[in-house]
Amino acid sequence: MDVLLLSRVQFAATTMFHFLFVPLTLGLSVLVAYMETKYVKTGDETYLHMTKFWGKLFLINFAIGVVTGITLEFQFGTNWSRYSAYVGDIFGSLLAIEATAAFFLESVLIGVWIFGWKRLSKKAHATAIWLVAIGSNLSAVWILIANAWMQSPVGYTIRNGRAELTDFAAVVFQKFAVVKFIHTVSAALVLASFFVMGFSAYHLLKKKQLDFFTRSFKIGLGFGLVFSLVVFIMGDLNGVVVAEKQPTKLAAMESLWNTTERAPIYLFALPDQENARNKVEIGRIPGALSFLVKHDINAEVQGLKDFPKDERPPVLPISLAFKGMVGLGTIFILLTGFGWLKRKKLTESPGYLKLMMLAVPLPYIAIQLGWLVTELGRQPWIVYGLVKTADAPSPIDTTQVLFTLVAFTLVYTLLGIIGFTLIIRNARKGPKLAPAEEAQ
Amino acid sequence: MNLQTTWFLLWGLLWALFFISDGFDFGIGTLYLFLGKSEADKRVMINAMGPLWDGNQVWLITAGGVTFAAFPTVYAVMFSSMYSALMLILFALIIRGVSFELRGKVDDPRWRGMWDGCIFVGSFLPALLFGVAFANIFQGIPIDQHGVYQGTLFTLLNPYGLLGGVLFVLLFTVHGAVWLATKSEGELHDRAAFTAGALWPVLLVVAVAFLVYSRFATSLYANYLASPILFAVIILTVLGLVGIRIYLAKGAFYKAWFASALTIMGAVFFGVVGLFPNMFPSSLNAKYSLTAFNASSSPLTLKIMLVVAGIFVPLVLAYQLWAYLVFKGKVREEEMMY
Repeated sequence: MDVLLLSRVQFAATTMFHFLFVPLTLGLSVLVAYMETKYVKTGDETYLHMTKFWGKLFLINFAIGVVTGITLEFQFGTNWSRYSAYVGDIFGSLLAIEATAAFFLESVLIGVWIFGWKRLSKKAHATAIWLVAIGSNLSAVWILIANAWMQSPVGYTIRNGRAELTDFAAVVFQKFAVVKFIHTVSAALVLASFFVMGFSAYHLLKKKQLDFFTRSFKIGLGFGLVFSLVVFIMGDLNGVVVAEKQPTKLAAMESLWNTTERAPIYLFALPDQENARNKVEIGRIPGALSFLVKHDINAEVQGLKDFPKDERPPVLPISLAFKGMVGLGTIFILLTGFGWLKRKKLTESPGYLKLMMLAVPLPYIAIQLGWLVTELGRQPWIVYGLVKTADAPSPIDTTQVLFTLVAFTLVYTLLGIIGFTLIIRNARKGPKLAPAEEAQ
Repeated sequence: MNLQTTWFLLWGLLWALFFISDGFDFGIGTLYLFLGKSEADKRVMINAMGPLWDGNQVWLITAGGVTFAAFPTVYAVMFSSMYSALMLILFALIIRGVSFELRGKVDDPRWRGMWDGCIFVGSFLPALLFGVAFANIFQGIPIDQHGVYQGTLFTLLNPYGLLGGVLFVLLFTVHGAVWLATKSEGELHDRAAFTAGALWPVLLVVAVAFLVYSRFATSLYANYLASPILFAVIILTVLGLVGIRIYLAKGAFYKAWFASALTIMGAVFFGVVGLFPNMFPSSLNAKYSLTAFNASSSPLTLKIMLVVAGIFVPLVLAYQLWAYLVFKGKVREEEMMY
């Protein structure tokens, strides 16, 4: 066990845990803001109860998301100091902008929203949650620009023994960042929609507060259907950009070893990293990969053998995670599409409702798999083609890192159990309605 | 003023804003178990910070982010050298943050008792450790020519470092007690006001001891002796300190809070001004020290970040001030959300 390995495990564990909560914050903030706006516009009290009920779940999730994010900003310094010193000129400025231009907005306004029910006008109060939603999604913009730079470094030059910024606009507006942002935020909206639909389905199956949960479900369904499609399309565009900027990642996603024209996709493949081949290949679709990433079924796609062995990412987990993500993405379209057809008689489709209840964890899994593809696919580089991960960790001793890794594991496991238990318990309890509505 | 000097001062300002804003949260959290005699008291204490603490904490993220952006080498060396201390702070902040939200979610005294402990530890520990860390920076850190730290967590726990820790805890508890006095009524208000008054002489003694000890443990005074006009910083700090006492005696708690804020600002700038141009001085050899000049980002990054800071820091201050004004006055029973 060395500092490099421990720091990688720690960063992976803490970011993945953080990202169990972030997507719901990103997505549900928008849904709750939408509900509160409906309340302000129509004066319909059900929308107020919706805002409060889903808002309460949102806040438990929000708290854990925020506190687990703080450590990430500092881990670049504590565990990856050589990386930080080398690329801070570019990467650091993006994190600083995230804090000042986005995270502040979200954090100040969340307090105003939670406590401001009686101190603000209805309109101002709804504006507060919109600003929270905008702030948290703007945070995602800057974090994803920073991440995109690690995948596809642009707008810099090597000077004074480090990477220095030469073109800020190139960093901020590169296609990689734009596509990644839309893909990630749409995925977050899918997750939030499935969350709302899943818990609404639970109550609909119990025949409780039918009006409240039918309307909640439909809001989830509308957002869910639209963004399941968007996330899929953006995922496809993401593949095109990856093919252009990160050929090793693309080849690992599709277990492609040899550079070929009419590159195929396999429905299933079991790669063998050691011998640079696939042990099992099932369901070969010739030309499919060429078509997807180059929009020409005869185009040439680079295989992993074009790169030295020590510059190839771990193919097995990347290819499986990628297939899993795409499979789940397809399921989300089918489920929401089917729901759209059934939208008028939801309560008469208990089978579908049960399915939607069970589907709540699926977007969580899809999002984690997506990040595994992104981050493992970048290996062995910390900044693709520029800095190796092995050259990035801090010159610190192992015991410190081992100690914090154990502490993170313990604290986060507890937080995860407490957080999800409270969210599920409160979600199952249902909203507090006025007695007259309760009877419905 | 050149770019690096401007950023050096901004860097100090951001840390000061963090300590002024989140400082009273740390203070209330530290006093929480001692002043919160009943469940009602405790809820008033939490709700006195409730709408504001989240935004306050972002000044830390901003200070950290700006260190990364403007002085990447300082960010890298500072946080890796102080690995354990910083991680302890971060763990403390994690449990403090969730405590506020989760404490009221289950109606069980044992559940609440657990989070009560977390609120105390999560507030006291950062207050102490930030003081220890900054005092050690004032004093110099054993880093070699490659910026590699040649010590342990316990190296930081030297007498001067610990005195810095105690100073910060006292600054924040007084700051927090005064804030609580503005937000509470009845017995809790009286206890908060009494606590602020009772801690004040202790703070005075420790602050003076710190100023004197700094003469021997650090070279902070060199800048002051070179340009005596800088002594204004120390004079302002002392005026702030005296102001707290005067306004407390008059029962003018808002004014006392501003005097306390001035004291904290002064305490930070006492060190920042004395350090210049050092940001992370080496105690092994002055040549290894990281300064605003040898550890900064490229001029282009510094310029872009200056534009960003020039727009957003005033904007943030404006809407944060607005949020403070929205929640002006005593904590109201019907508005307690935590």
